[in-house]
Amino acid sequence: MGNIVLKKVNKSFGATQVIPGIDLTIEDGEFVVFVGPSGCGKSTLLRLIAGLEDTTSGAIEIDGKDVTAAAPAKRGLAMVFQSYALYPHMSVAKNIAFPLKMAKMSQAAIDKKVADAARVLNLTNYLERRPGQLSGGQRQRVAIGRAIVREPSAFLFDEPLSNLDAALRGTMRLEISELHHQLKTTMIYVTHDQVEAMTMADKIVVLNAGNIEQVGSPMELYHRPNNLFVAGFIGSPKMNLITGNIAVPFNAQTIGVRPEHIAISNTEGAWRGSVGVAEHLGADTFVYVHTEQAGNVTVRAPGNIEIRHGDVVYLTPDPDHIHRFDRDGLAIR
Amino acid sequence: MARAVSKKKVAVVTVIAWIVALIIFFPILYTIITSFKSESEAITGFNLIPSGTLESYAAVEAQSGYFKFFLNSVVLSLGSTLIALLIGVPAAWSMAFAPSNRTKDILMWMLSTKMMPAVAVLVPFYLMFRDLGLLDSRVGLTVMLTMINLPIVIWMLYTYFREIPGEILEAARMDGATLWGEVVYVLTPMAVPGIASTMLLNIILAWNEAFWTLRLTTTNAAPLTTFIASFSSPQGLFWAKLSAASTLAIAPILIMGWFSQKQLVRGLTFGAVK
Repeated sequence: MGNIVLKKVNKSFGATQVIPGIDLTIEDGEFVVFVGPSGCGKSTLLRLIAGLEDTTSGAIEIDGKDVTAAAPAKRGLAMVFQSYALYPHMSVAKNIAFPLKMAKMSQAAIDKKVADAARVLNLTNYLERRPGQLSGGQRQRVAIGRAIVREPSAFLFDEPLSNLDAALRGTMRLEISELHHQLKTTMIYVTHDQVEAMTMADKIVVLNAGNIEQVGSPMELYHRPNNLFVAGFIGSPKMNLITGNIAVPFNAQTIGVRPEHIAISNTEGAWRGSVGVAEHLGADTFVYVHTEQAGNVTVRAPGNIEIRHGDVVYLTPDPDHIHRFDRDGLAIR
Repeated sequence: MARAVSKKKVAVVTVIAWIVALIIFFPILYTIITSFKSESEAITGFNLIPSGTLESYAAVEAQSGYFKFFLNSVVLSLGSTLIALLIGVPAAWSMAFAPSNRTKDILMWMLSTKMMPAVAVLVPFYLMFRDLGLLDSRVGLTVMLTMINLPIVIWMLYTYFREIPGEILEAARMDGATLWGEVVYVLTPMAVPGIASTMLLNIILAWNEAFWTLRLTTTNAAPLTTFIASFSSPQGLFWAKLSAASTLAIAPILIMGWFSQKQLVRGLTFGAVK
C-alpha cells in the first residue's frame, strides 16, 4: 500500500516560506510527477514526504498513519537521488543489500533479493564492481535496485535522469515506466522536464513558487490548463499566449493557442506575418512567425513544408482550440 | 613532436624538483652526517664524509638520557592529537553537515589565531600556567599543543567532510540506517583517509613544536625539542653532539613521515584538485 495524503503542508526556511500550504492526495499505485521550474519547491515537497526535511506545519499521512514526525526510515519509502548517492566504498551487491542489512535480514534472504533485483535491472555481471567503475546509467540502475529490494510502499525519485545524456534519458524513462507497471507501487517523481512529466505520469502536479497550480492527468493539463502558468509550462513548443485587441472578441484578457492548432498558408488567413526562423526537425517544422496582429507566434507545421526566413505567411488558429484567460490569468470556461 | 617537447619539459621540471628537494633536505642530511663526526672533525669546516664515530651518540645518551625526552614527545604528540581529534571531529562534522550563518566566520576566526605570533600571548599563558601549577607538566603541555593545533585539525577535517556528499548520508537515512549505522557503515569508511592524514600531520606538528615546549618545560615534561636545545646554549658549540641529538630527535618522525607520505600528500592536497 502507498496512499499518501498531504494536509496543509507548510515549509519555511527561516523567514522564507518555500511551501505556503499544500493539500494533495496520492492514491495507491499512482505514478505522480511533480513538475515545475527550478526553485518552485518540488524537491522540497518530495523531501518533506521522505522525511529528510521537517514539516513546519501541517500533516503528512501514509496509508492513513500520521508520519509527520516520523524518521525517514520509519516511513517505508525508498528514494532515488539525482546524484544516485551510492556508497562509493561498497560493491554494487553491498549497495543494493544495504537497506536489507539495516533491516537485519538474514544473509541468505539478502543474497536472494539482491540476485533478483540484479536480474531485473541487468546488473548481474556488475555485482562485484564499485560504483566508480560503472557508467551513469548503470549507477542509476543500482540506485533503483537499492530502492526496490526494500519493497517500499512508495518510491520517491528526485530528478533521477537529469545527469544522463539525452539518449540514455529516453531509455531510462521507459525502464522506470515499465518498472511501475511491473511493481504497481506508488511512485512520486520530481522533474523540471515537462516531457518526462507528460510521458510517465498518471497524475501531474504542476508547482510554481511553492503552490500547486493544477493537478490532473497529462491530457487534462494539455487540453484544459487552469491558468496561464500551466498553459505555458505544459506542451512543447510552448503555447502562444496573445494579449491585446485580438483577445477582445473572445471576451478574454489573453488567449492561448498551441503551435499545433494553428494552420499556416501562403495565401490567406487571419493573421499576416513573416517567417523569422523555420526549424526543420524532419517529422515537424517549427515556424517562428512575426505577425502584425498577434506578435510573435510559434507554429508547428508538417515536416515537408517548404518555407524559409522572410517568407510572408498567413496564420489561422483553430477556433475549437482557443484557450481563454481572464485578467487574473485564470482560464475562462 | 609535441610529445618530445613535453618530455623535455618533464625532464626539466624533474631536475628542478630534485634540486629544490635537495636544497630543502640538505640541512637535515648535513646534520645526520655531522652526528657521525667527532667534535674536532665537526669544527674543521665543510666535509661530507664523516669518520663514522658513534662517540657523539654515546656522549649525548650518557649526558641527558634520550629516552625520557623521547617518551615525553610521544606522550605529548599522541595525547594532543587524540584530544584534538576528539574535539575536532564533532566540530568539523557539525560545521560541514549542519552549517549555520556563522560557520564561515568561526572558521576564519580559528584560522586567524594561527596568524597571531605566539610570543604575543607568551606572558599571559606563562602566568596562567604558573598559577595553575601546569608549568613543566605533561598535562599542561598537552593542553597547549592541542589548543595551537586544533584550528588546523578542524580546518582539515572540515574540508574532508565537505567532500562527502550530503545525499549519501540522506540515502543511508532513507535506507533505514540508525545514526549509529550511518556513522559506522557509511560515514567512517568514507572519512577514514581524511581523519588518518589529519592525525599524521598533527602528530608531526606537535612533535616539532618548539616554541611552547621550550618555554613551558624544563625537565619533567620536556620533549625532544628541549633535548636538542639543551645541547646548544649552555655547553657552548658542540656541533657533533648537537647534531647527534637532533638526529635522534627527528629520526622517529622522519621514519613515520616516510612510511605515511602517500597518506600525507593526499591529505594536504585533498579538495585542492577536483
